[in-house]
Amino acid sequence: MAHFIDRRLNGKNKSAVNRQRFIRRYKSQIKRAVNDAVNQRSIQDLENSESISIPHKDITEPFFHQGEGGHRQRTLPGNDQFGTGDKIERPPQGEGGGGPGDGDASDQGEGSEEFQFNISKDEYLDILFDDLELPNLQETDVDSIVEYRTARAGFTNEGVPANINIVRSLQNSLARRMAMGGDKRKRLRALETQLEENKQDSHVPHSEIEAIKAEITELKRKLKNIPFIDTFDLKFNNFAKHPVPSSQAVMFCLMDVSGSMDQATKDIAKRFYLLLYLFLTRSYEKIDVVFIRHHTQAKEVDEHEFFYSQETGGTIVSSALNLMDKIVEERYPKNQWNIYAAQASDGDNWADDSPKCRALLEKTLLPLSRHYAYIEITSRAHQSLWHEYEQLSEIFPNFSIRHVKNAEEILPTFRDLFKKTTA
Amino acid sequence: MSKTKMLPDGPDWTFEMLELYHQEIEKVAQHYQLDTYPNQIEVITAEQMMDAYSSVGMPIGYHHWSYGKKFIQTEQTYKRGQMGLAYEIVINSDPCIAYLMEENTMPMQALVIAHACFGHNSFFKNNYLFKTWTDASSIIDYLVFAKNYISKCEARHGVQAVEDLLDSCHALMNYGVDRYKRPSPISMEEEKSRQDSRAEYLQSQINELWKTIPTKENPDVEQRERFPASPEENILYFIEKHAPLLETWQREVVRIVRKISQYFYPQKQTQVMNEGWATFWHYTITNHMFDHGQVSERFILEILHSHTSVVMQPAYNSPYFNGINPYALGFAMMTDIRRICENPTDEDRQWFPDIAGSDWLKTLHFAMQNFKDESFISQFLSPKVIRDLKLFTLDDNESKPYLKVKAIHDDHGYQQVREALSAQYNLSNIEPNIQVHNVNLRGDRSLTLRYVPHQNIPLGKSKEEVIKHLHRLWGFDVILEQVDDNGSIQELARCPKPE
Repeated sequence: MAHFIDRRLNGKNKSAVNRQRFIRRYKSQIKRAVNDAVNQRSIQDLENSESISIPHKDITEPFFHQGEGGHRQRTLPGNDQFGTGDKIERPPQGEGGGGPGDGDASDQGEGSEEFQFNISKDEYLDILFDDLELPNLQETDVDSIVEYRTARAGFTNEGVPANINIVRSLQNSLARRMAMGGDKRKRLRALETQLEENKQDSHVPHSEIEAIKAEITELKRKLKNIPFIDTFDLKFNNFAKHPVPSSQAVMFCLMDVSGSMDQATKDIAKRFYLLLYLFLTRSYEKIDVVFIRHHTQAKEVDEHEFFYSQETGGTIVSSALNLMDKIVEERYPKNQWNIYAAQASDGDNWADDSPKCRALLEKTLLPLSRHYAYIEITSRAHQSLWHEYEQLSEIFPNFSIRHVKNAEEILPTFRDLFKKTTA
Repeated sequence: MSKTKMLPDGPDWTFEMLELYHQEIEKVAQHYQLDTYPNQIEVITAEQMMDAYSSVGMPIGYHHWSYGKKFIQTEQTYKRGQMGLAYEIVINSDPCIAYLMEENTMPMQALVIAHACFGHNSFFKNNYLFKTWTDASSIIDYLVFAKNYISKCEARHGVQAVEDLLDSCHALMNYGVDRYKRPSPISMEEEKSRQDSRAEYLQSQINELWKTIPTKENPDVEQRERFPASPEENILYFIEKHAPLLETWQREVVRIVRKISQYFYPQKQTQVMNEGWATFWHYTITNHMFDHGQVSERFILEILHSHTSVVMQPAYNSPYFNGINPYALGFAMMTDIRRICENPTDEDRQWFPDIAGSDWLKTLHFAMQNFKDESFISQFLSPKVIRDLKLFTLDDNESKPYLKVKAIHDDHGYQQVREALSAQYNLSNIEPNIQVHNVNLRGDRSLTLRYVPHQNIPLGKSKEEVIKHLHRLWGFDVILEQVDDNGSIQELARCPKPE
């Protein structure tokens, strides 16, 4: 007789733990692969998990096996051309047929060089931002509480009927009735036994029995008068409003698109924006991204235009800052949104404009922002904008500026900015 | 012939249909005298199949990263469509657990039931290797015990410590097998009760061993007697019993890996027979049902379609060639044994005087019960199978610049091909012969292993890594030596490396 079991509804992730163990073990290799992969991603393209490659030789498990060489015999199927005694040239080593006899290590597949697999979005982000955190921001978050969440908060004695907690109320009622009637019931039981005894005993005068009977009736009446439920039995579910930190953030990407910014420079900036975006997704549920590009005038654009359309002209950075200020005012009230900004530029700016930028940042934008990062992508010497910003960064802890020369420096720079400071 | 009713043939299956088919197949199996454990058939999804796959056929496995790796590999190849999943997995247990995949059509489920629940099942129950070396009724218990024990160790000693230990044990897993001694059966309860007393006893034994150390008077005198007195081939056993620095729980983990390795040892030695047997029976049983009008033509065609792809043997020069397909070879041989019994030719009478013309069912059962791949091939590989598969033997001698064709499928070659193929399935030719040779009891406590090459075949590259793992278990120097034909000894590896 067979016994059939439907296991389809059992958990399918029996191997989840093993998979986690695997990822933990190869964290360093996976991290390297993740870092390389950052370059190839579009800024908001997060739905995809990441495909990871690790060299095969790193993950093989060693065991004793026979190596190449020696004297061996191999029996193969499908002879189509050989006769006894034929001599065949030795096939080059490492080819499919060249592996040693059946059942040997050759089936470990040293031929395929990379071990490829996918990691989920969460795993990807965990690895990418392994030891980073948003600096200095946790405490300021509390200031901007704007949303409230209603949550259970025990029980109260007052409330609306809809909130009556029946179980609690009846518990109270029961307890009260027991407490109030306790001694009366005791007395009642005593009297009843006495009455029984007296009835058996013919010496007891009739009047005494009558007295007991009267007292019993009285007690019963009193017990009956204890109310089943009383107002002070009532317990109500209590609700309290808990403030929750806003879980939405807006990220401003500001970029100089004047003639001096070429595609390579933009790509470097793009990577920085991407990292910041990914990083913010870890802390916030909802993220808006606003792209502002500017030459002498600033304009809000979509992602594609932001990165790919080329315009020329001079550079007035303050135009972008002004626009950002305006957008914040219109759409992103400070008390509801966590505001982040990243500005990328090659440092070229009208000399007159730089002090203006500084003033704008100092007066309006920096007090609004959780964090404002400026990266200058250039291999030339710093100009006025950098110097102005440098002074600001000493005053504002939420303002940081970094100098980047090439693409390889982006991730280290980013890590440097958000390194965990607690230790 | 009694009139039988046609069974419903899907293509979709239901549990009622599975049960009905199981009943009918059981009847046919009994007709052919297949003796089986009771079946426990579990229906699972593709993903669960991948889970089962990656735990190397253990229904309950302890956690280890290497299973995660296997899972990821399986998942990748499956998703890319490079590999279909096995239709079934069957476990050598009592009752015999078989997994059926939800995606299979009814004909496929019938094929799998015949293949796994009656083919493999009867093999597990009756083959002498399985009978001697494994205890089907206790394996599930033991795996549960192992999993719980290892989880407990992880909680107590940390995941990393346990993982390191398991890594080392896995590296030596092939050397955790008793090849000639029969182990006593184990079960969870016994194991638990024995565990405590064993723990104490073991630790005292270790100390006993080292009591022979420093008697200062004669430090220069060479150690006369070797320890172990005779070489030990079961390296993990030796570690479990004698490694000086292991803690009790570590010894227990070594034992677990060793026991599991032992459990799988018969399967390694009977691939061709086991698959051949199961394939022969799914083929025979489903055809029997077709002949008796129980299943439709459509049904049998689908079965034959997958049957043919299972027993396909690509030629040596085909891009799909990946060694000899155990299903193909096993099925060809099983079928041929039946043919030799039923319709022997003169050639068969000359080669197989004992079985030619005998009762095929008896002969086949006899072959299944009393052989392993190596001996099965050397007994039963017939010239006809050699001709059909066009087998040929190459002689590959490192010292010659070319390969020589030693034998082909002709009168002179049959015997040589048969011998060569049989040797190819002899585990002692394939797995390097490495044994514990000596422990330097009076000196640095170093452990010496000796490798005796088979036909001058050197040891593969990963030996250095394995020695490192062994060093982790042993705790003192580990030396690997090679003994050449002429008796000369050379050192192959040592851990830690001398400065």
